[in-house]
Amino acid sequence: MKEIALHVLDIAQNSISARAVHLDVTLEEGAEALTLTIADDGVGMSPELLAQVSDPFTTTRTTRKMGLGLPLLRLAAEQTGGSLSIESAPGVGTTVTAVFLTNHIDCPPLGDIAGTVVLLIQGAPELELVYNHRRGDKLSHLDTRELRALLGPQVSLSEPEVILWLRDYLQEQEALLSDT
Amino acid sequence: MKSLAELQAIRDRMRGQIELRESGDDRIRVVVGMATCGIAAGARPVLNAFLEEVAKRQLKNVTVSQTGCIGVCRLEPIVEVYVPGQEKVTYVKMSPDKVASVVSEHLVNGRVVTEYTIGAAE
Repeated sequence: MKEIALHVLDIAQNSISARAVHLDVTLEEGAEALTLTIADDGVGMSPELLAQVSDPFTTTRTTRKMGLGLPLLRLAAEQTGGSLSIESAPGVGTTVTAVFLTNHIDCPPLGDIAGTVVLLIQGAPELELVYNHRRGDKLSHLDTRELRALLGPQVSLSEPEVILWLRDYLQEQEALLSDT
Repeated sequence: MKSLAELQAIRDRMRGQIELRESGDDRIRVVVGMATCGIAAGARPVLNAFLEEVAKRQLKNVTVSQTGCIGVCRLEPIVEVYVPGQEKVTYVKMSPDKVASVVSEHLVNGRVVTEYTIGAAE
């Protein structure tokens, strides 16, 4: 995984497989760290599974929804001096938090986060996805409930034309974060 | 600067088209593997390229969707094409620059791009 955005795309699929209705993807950029939070209200994990999910060798194929995704994210975060934590409870949901120390030479670039968010929407158009990306006092924000209200019941969020428009829209929002 | 209100214009434009669509059984399905293996191998730009081509050519009979690990991780990015009444075609080691020819040859003209298929790779 060359970008943090690709980890987001990968890990958020776990939430979708866990039958999440609501998903919060949050990026908080401070002076030294980037904190990524992926929080869902899916089926959650038992304490036994939770204890295993970061180990690529004991988890492969014990459940289909787990695999190398979380171990790779943990590795990427810890390589920068950061950390990964997972909170989960059956019936409540799962929250994955990864901290990257951005000044570290091994910190991957954030990458095409707009492309990631819109492909998550494309793959799961019924999901309530709330995306927030804060950098300093600036915010890039997307909420699929607002989008669906504008599109009405007939036009799916997964329509290619809608997705491509959303990608351009979100790329503009992201670019504004860098403006001084 | 784009505004979310533009979505309403897209909605109005698309409403008419959706009514003209073929029913679910007649649609061509393009399925992109988007598990860890696919994403790491570059599936995101491949999926994006399919969405762009399908939108550009206004292919109203094509659905682009995502799936998990197809099971041959070393050949990712993998794309499966389901044309109703025909055998599934599996394209392997896909890249964005291969997408245009799969769309124009296979999805539009009905000719499988054999050189990109799993049969040619193995």
